[in-house]
Amino acid sequence: MSTPLQSNPPQPATRAFLSGIMAAWTSVFALVLAGSYVGIGALAHEFGFSVGWMVASTLLVWAAPAQVILVSTLGAGAALIEVALAITLSAVRLLPMVMALLPLLRTERTRQRELILPAHFTAISMWVESLRLLPQVPRENRIAWCNGIGAGFMGVACAASAAGYYLAGGLPLPLAAMLLFLTPMSFLVSVVRNSRLVVDRLAFGLGFVVGPLLTWGKVDLALMWTGLIGGSAAYAASRLYSARKRRPP
Amino acid sequence: MSGWIDWHAYLVLILVGFLPNEIWRMLGVVLVRGLDEGSEVLVWVRAVATAVLAGVVAQLIFFPAGALAVMPMGLRVGAALCGFAAFLLVRRSVLAGVAVGEAVLLAGAVLLVP
Repeated sequence: MSTPLQSNPPQPATRAFLSGIMAAWTSVFALVLAGSYVGIGALAHEFGFSVGWMVASTLLVWAAPAQVILVSTLGAGAALIEVALAITLSAVRLLPMVMALLPLLRTERTRQRELILPAHFTAISMWVESLRLLPQVPRENRIAWCNGIGAGFMGVACAASAAGYYLAGGLPLPLAAMLLFLTPMSFLVSVVRNSRLVVDRLAFGLGFVVGPLLTWGKVDLALMWTGLIGGSAAYAASRLYSARKRRPP
Repeated sequence: MSGWIDWHAYLVLILVGFLPNEIWRMLGVVLVRGLDEGSEVLVWVRAVATAVLAGVVAQLIFFPAGALAVMPMGLRVGAALCGFAAFLLVRRSVLAGVAVGEAVLLAGAVLLVP
């Protein structure tokens, strides 16, 4: 399907919210999140946090990589300022994600504060699925729909964090490895599926190569540089390519 | 845990977990204000976001933590390649890719890791 899908007529906001929740629960990411958060819940138990704290961290932080850092560094007794720095560096990626998503949700009448909740719900799973499914959602319904898919995913993650907390210690090694492999495997295929434009495919390929090279070379802020170098190079290359195509030979 | 320690743990969660993370989301809300949906800046911003995601994925495969780090590098890369091939073969299905990748990792973990 290369042509944009026709938007359906607008629905009441509650209906849109519920269909967002259904989109979350029927998405393959519901499984992925469940698996990943069982792993993080188990980790929180090992490091001696309470189950209420673990669920609160899912509600407030809502970013699996940051939560892994938070639990393992706090649990190991790292200095608070060090923990805060590590978290904020891992969260820089949320800025371009929010900036790419919000313009799809706005109408002329949208108030700034209505965008705060969808921004809080923005995480890799929600972002990937929203960019894929939003073209089918009427523009007037998109904020409610995004709040629905975000709440749906977050509900799954909270239940899984609590379940993992009580399962902790009983996970055999191959199963624990499988839970940790869910995130990279699902993101690999779903981001590629979402990349319809040349610039996005190039950015993914470049990021995949540049990221490990920078990490291997122990460059500081490796992920931020990966984004800036890979993304800018992909953008420049696709601009050059389309400028060439437009100019008659 | 006593009541005081619990209260303290939640305060730490907000100060070093929630705020340093959330600031980037809220900065995005502010910065995107005047930007039009079709603007060129956003094409670049999306390319940056996509490259960062690719970097995250590659790091989790090449430099993993915990139980995944126990698995040999060849097994992790092999499982990811098999999953990706399955995704391409089965009508670009994410579920097929994840299922095959996980199955290869499990088989390898059982056969190769003592």
